Amino acid sequence: MSSNINTENWMKDIGVLDHLSGVGEGSTSAATKNITALVVDDDSVNQMIHSKILENLGIQNQVVRNGKEAVDLHSSGNNFDLILMDMDMPVMNGIEATRKLRAMGVRSIIAGVSTCTRDELEQKEFMAAGLDDFQEKPLTTPKLVSILQKVNKKC
Amino acid sequence: MDSVVQLQKQLVDYIASLFHEGFLDEQFNQLQQLQDESNPDFVVEVVSLFFEDSERLLNELAKALEQKTIDFRKVDAHVHQFKGSSSSIGAHRVQKVCIAFRNYCEEQNVEGCLKCLQQVKHEYSLVRNKLETLFQLEKQIIAAGGSLPAT
Repeated sequence: MSSNINTENWMKDIGVLDHLSGVGEGSTSAATKNITALVVDDDSVNQMIHSKILENLGIQNQVVRNGKEAVDLHSSGNNFDLILMDMDMPVMNGIEATRKLRAMGVRSIIAGVSTCTRDELEQKEFMAAGLDDFQEKPLTTPKLVSILQKVNKKC
Repeated sequence: MDSVVQLQKQLVDYIASLFHEGFLDEQFNQLQQLQDESNPDFVVEVVSLFFEDSERLLNELAKALEQKTIDFRKVDAHVHQFKGSSSSIGAHRVQKVCIAFRNYCEEQNVEGCLKCLQQVKHEYSLVRNKLETLFQLEKQIIAAGGSLPAT
């Protein structure tokens, strides 16, 4: 089973793709080609994996290393449909970055992606900072698809 | 063609044993599924990145634990990172040691930390060897004109 068939099945399940590619002009990339995403994570392994998951779903994406770089990107006029926000990062962490972005009027879907934290309070704080969704690391294609359902509803 | 089939069987059995013995978990499957024809070296690339990061983190950890006054928050930050990246590639046993390691950091238990450092070094080198063997097998199959078994 190729990864592409898996991807298309998931896309079909969430209604982003009405039919499997190969039939007519429907294709994975056509359904998501207008969605853009920003990966905010200080770990290079996670950056590579998250970016690939997005890429495989046909989603254009950019990667930055911490909350400040994410805020700066938006200050200079960039905008994304979806932001995958790690919690623990140097310079500016995910909670602060989410707060700042919301304060700036950013209305993108922000999904907190973090390792299972023993600190439930911290997770609550993260949600309260303005997250639309929270997924536990490690991120997988199915988890991202469930986040995408929110993007779809919004668009 | 026989040797290719044999190699392929060897690979499938080897991967199964790694899962069975807890070296790898489901996340590794996820990685394999992300790989496709447009990026056939994805898993090797991510794992290589993991190896690089891990060596650096292990060095930092050793240094931090050698200090006269140990900065446990720093140690914990490194372990947290190691836990994160090992779980991202499915290095299950490494991840488990990291969890215990973090507990000792929280307790500021030097002995516990040093013990965990040894353990995590050990588990890391084990999984590293296993993965390198796995990639070698894959190379042999491709060199012999075979294709990799579907995940």
